[in-house]
Amino acid sequence: MGTETEFGVLAPGAPGLSPTQLSAAVTTAMVEVAEELGSRGAGAPWDYVHERPLDDARGFSLDRAEAHESQLTDEGNVLDARQIGLEDGDAWAQLKEESSILMNLVLGNGARFYVDHAHPEYSSPETTNAWDAVEWDLAGDRLAARAAELAGERLGAEVLLHKNNTDGKGQSYGTHENYLVPRSVPFQALVAGLLPFFVTRQVTCGAGRVSLGRRGERPGFQISQRADFFENTVGLETTIRRPIVNTRDEPHADDSRWRRLHVIPGDANLVPTSALVRLGSTSLALRLIEDGLAPAITLADPVGDLARVSHDPTLSTVLVADGGRRLSALDIQEAYLEAAELHYGAEPHAEATALTWWRRAVDALRADDGTAERFVEWKAKQALLEGYRERGGLEWDSPKLALIDLQWADLRAGKGLAAALMARGTIESLVYPEAIERAMVTPPEDTRAWTRGRSITRFPEAVVAANWDSLSLALECLPQVQRVGLPDPWAATAAQTKGMFDDGARVQELIKSLRGLA
Amino acid sequence: MAQERMQGKPSAWEQAQVNETEALGAVKGSRDAGVDDLLDEIDGLLETNAEQFVKGYVQKGGQ
Repeated sequence: MGTETEFGVLAPGAPGLSPTQLSAAVTTAMVEVAEELGSRGAGAPWDYVHERPLDDARGFSLDRAEAHESQLTDEGNVLDARQIGLEDGDAWAQLKEESSILMNLVLGNGARFYVDHAHPEYSSPETTNAWDAVEWDLAGDRLAARAAELAGERLGAEVLLHKNNTDGKGQSYGTHENYLVPRSVPFQALVAGLLPFFVTRQVTCGAGRVSLGRRGERPGFQISQRADFFENTVGLETTIRRPIVNTRDEPHADDSRWRRLHVIPGDANLVPTSALVRLGSTSLALRLIEDGLAPAITLADPVGDLARVSHDPTLSTVLVADGGRRLSALDIQEAYLEAAELHYGAEPHAEATALTWWRRAVDALRADDGTAERFVEWKAKQALLEGYRERGGLEWDSPKLALIDLQWADLRAGKGLAAALMARGTIESLVYPEAIERAMVTPPEDTRAWTRGRSITRFPEAVVAANWDSLSLALECLPQVQRVGLPDPWAATAAQTKGMFDDGARVQELIKSLRGLA
Repeated sequence: MAQERMQGKPSAWEQAQVNETEALGAVKGSRDAGVDDLLDEIDGLLETNAEQFVKGYVQKGGQ
């Protein structure tokens, strides 16, 4: 599994720079960040050969001519570095003089960092479990924050990144999750099992949002950042007519065996326990669906329910399911949770910690005794906002509360409110700082991300291009670039490439060894 | 196959168990110093002109 985070970006002191320019400045600065950390962020071009964003998991492919321009993610960025340079400002001209502008990087921790239209985006390396996914996700926040700081120094104006999902003025940008799912599971079974799960998952791990409606037209507080931006149950789009279950089907692996489930309705989490519950509960729900053990619940109106659940922080809203059953969001989450505990609770497995926190979240939300405020993100944000409302007599449309909502997700050191509450122990921080620091420079050992990240760090001059499932390596002794496929996400691990990245190791040996794995 | 996907490296979840024990201790141990202190601290971090900052926070749509 893995995560993708599109960050909100702005530079109040440089209003002339476009968000694409700011995103490119951050991406460019990431090379310096990697060098500071003794890792490398190679400017290796992303290789789009195997990307097929228009393939639909339901078994057909969208015609290119009918696709929205933003769906053509395999054509590289809409603007390349040269083109954005045409919209010049002084600060931009200076930056261009000092360094070449980069739009797309592969990092030493196996991640991809790039400009996605008008946002910088971090795509984490592949991990085998939710705990690791959280560590590498948090590492991405730290890397991005430092890159923004350096970009600000180069541009002469502070660059701010926010790990949130809406500007409160009608726009949303995503935090996506990706899970590899066996193709043998019928897609309809996935849809049936996932719709009630995704509609209600927000109660255990939503990030909270001040105001209701896409443009924040109604005052109030809601559970999810994203819920107001969904219009469909199932579909291929991610930027328009967003569906609860997205059908983009690029496994970046053997596609006769696997599909990639691309999950788009989730919130960006600053609180690690919420991220762990979001990723771990989903992984467990998928396992239940694969094993035919998921609860059978069919909601009458999933799209409407997504917003209804989000708009009711009291959690008392009742949803209508098949046969006239009336269930709350917590009831539905608990049905999945109980099934996961029943079938997988006794065995030791990689999602055991996530399962524990999932249970803790459901119980704390039911009890409503103040403990959820310490580890369920929207409850933590709500508690802070309510504190201000009580002390200052503020109404929900007060700009101060809107500011708190935004600054909650500010990635600058000493500015982010979620980070401040974790630093003072008010919110559970869960992951050791040392683990996050390690994940900033080291790939996960048990997936092919190991080979991608270590190759960039050890043989930066040899890596010509990279993708999730391939590496293109250049050798001085050979005229042609050697393209090595990495179709198996569980191969090319640390154990399988032992010695290949040691001092004195040679690229030739690595290529030979990787070909031997295929 | 499902099992294959679920298997993490043991070190990751051994670590997780340790973290969790400590985390629980923290959750139970520290009901902290009062909401007022907290709000005062947060006040010290907030952007000075809330209205201006919120108004200027405009993003383009993404995925």
